[in-house]
Amino acid sequence: MNLWVVLAVNSITLGGLLFLLSAGFSLIFGLMKIPNLTHGSFFMLGAYLATSLIAHGLDFWTAAIVGGLMVAAFGGLVERLILRRLVNAELAQVLVTLGLSFMIADVCLMVWTGDPIRIATPSALRGATSVMGLGFPTYRLAISLIAVVFAVVLWALLDRTRLGAMIRAGVDDPAMARVVGIRVSRLFTIVFCLGAWLAGFAGVIGGPILSVYPGLDQEMLPLALVVVILGGSGSLLGSLVGSFVVGFLYNFGQAMFPELAYVVLFLPMLVVLVVRPQGLFGRQVA
Amino acid sequence: VKRIVLLGALVILATVPLWVGGTYYVNITSQILFYAIFALGVNVLAGYAGLVSLGHAGLFGIAAYAGAKIMNDGYGHVVVIAGALALTLLAAAVFAVLALRGTGLGFVMITVALGQIVWGVAYRWISITNGDNGIAIRGRPSPLGLSLTSPASFYWATLIVFLLAVTSMAVFVASPFGASVRGTRDQPRRMNALGYHVWMIRFLAFLFSGFWSGVAGLLYLYYNQFVSPQTVALTASAEALLMVIAGGTATLLGPIAGAALVVIVKNVASAYIERWNFVLGAIFVGIVVFMPEGLVPGTVRRWRRAMAALRPRATAAG
Repeated sequence: MNLWVVLAVNSITLGGLLFLLSAGFSLIFGLMKIPNLTHGSFFMLGAYLATSLIAHGLDFWTAAIVGGLMVAAFGGLVERLILRRLVNAELAQVLVTLGLSFMIADVCLMVWTGDPIRIATPSALRGATSVMGLGFPTYRLAISLIAVVFAVVLWALLDRTRLGAMIRAGVDDPAMARVVGIRVSRLFTIVFCLGAWLAGFAGVIGGPILSVYPGLDQEMLPLALVVVILGGSGSLLGSLVGSFVVGFLYNFGQAMFPELAYVVLFLPMLVVLVVRPQGLFGRQVA
Repeated sequence: VKRIVLLGALVILATVPLWVGGTYYVNITSQILFYAIFALGVNVLAGYAGLVSLGHAGLFGIAAYAGAKIMNDGYGHVVVIAGALALTLLAAAVFAVLALRGTGLGFVMITVALGQIVWGVAYRWISITNGDNGIAIRGRPSPLGLSLTSPASFYWATLIVFLLAVTSMAVFVASPFGASVRGTRDQPRRMNALGYHVWMIRFLAFLFSGFWSGVAGLLYLYYNQFVSPQTVALTASAEALLMVIAGGTATLLGPIAGAALVVIVKNVASAYIERWNFVLGAIFVGIVVFMPEGLVPGTVRRWRRAMAALRPRATAAG
């Protein structure tokens, strides 16, 4: 198959994974103003937990959902027990989430050792599907599809439901949202758990492609940061577009300038920062 | 009294190699000193300017890498030091222009990204940086014909640079410029209304901070005679920030105490357990939850409270 097509498919797959990861990050950042530097760790933790779950006989999809739930429960604890005390203390939030990410990374290294673990592709999705005369790896297509489905579901959740309206109100004006009787504090926990779940789930379904290894967290986190900076925080559309932009840049950058892949990745971010500091789809914040 | 304490501290610092016993401890003290310089540099931004940078290991590393490259190209130490510091300043200027597009969390995120770019280049651009294997250099400089190969002489050289750094910080804090930097932290809008160029003040503070980070990076290079991507990893930036926070932001003594704490814990902890990163993370969380203002101010506060608690009892007894 044509190299460019392969690269494009890989880019879309990575974009899909990044969307799941960064949508949560962006929501948490947009609603709670918390730069959750443990988000990469949630991704890795989800994947590691799933490897153990699968080893205990669960099938892939159950493991993905349960692994995500376990990460979400952990995220909820972190939010309730630690981050809750640090409202409006940015520096403290940065330090705590960073400190937690170091602890999680070290615990993962201890429990699952330093060897990369590959999650087996679910058997139904092995092999290739041919679309328009070209064969595509089925699993990668599935990931792209999952990302699109999640994008639609999240959009519907935020834009069409009562919960979504409350979250949007909380993003726009938390003080006023409280006044009209929205329990912003509970919203915070819900959003944090949702974000953590998305990250953990993304880690699991990314497993068959990326494998899980120590350092995966520190590799994914900057990508999520770039997505959010590119797309603008708190914007779902921004996350979606940003993810695919980053997915393409990362894969094509690696293929064309392997030594400078990182620079290629960060250049557009820098351009966006200079031209439009609030991100492509972010709103101007006072 | 202050002068006597200062003089005493100086004498103690200057004579460390004579009484501390064992090159191991002399080397650890050297490490504390150059990490303290780094922490002081980070503190200019994180403490006085209220801009938390998680990309400073990038600047620290650029100085080290630049120094190593220039030296391996066969130049003398004067060129190495001047060139590395000039490059670091240039990089700091670029970092500053980009990072100052945001303040608060935006600033943090941009510096994380910038730091990761430097890491990515160090790790991936193998033809220049030798990738994961890092670059080794062949020797320490010998200014005025004095060799710095022995731990004690290297310690003294580091001490001189350290004292210069501390003096420059003291001057900076007391200067009108230092006051204006604190002004941009506390009341950026009012400073603007008063006719100060807030952006320029922050930019200059960034350069000042970057300069000392670069100096520390060079000392690191000379100390280890080796530099690798590990040096510029996010962990390194976080460690520097931990030193500042642990000791107490926007104090002169805080970053120094913090650097001592981190270096000692790191060396002691890594002697007994492998899980240094876990300890580091736990210290982060612990400090933020229990002593949010840092060890030095935190201890002072507890001490004062303890004294205050003692005093009424003393008067009641008398």
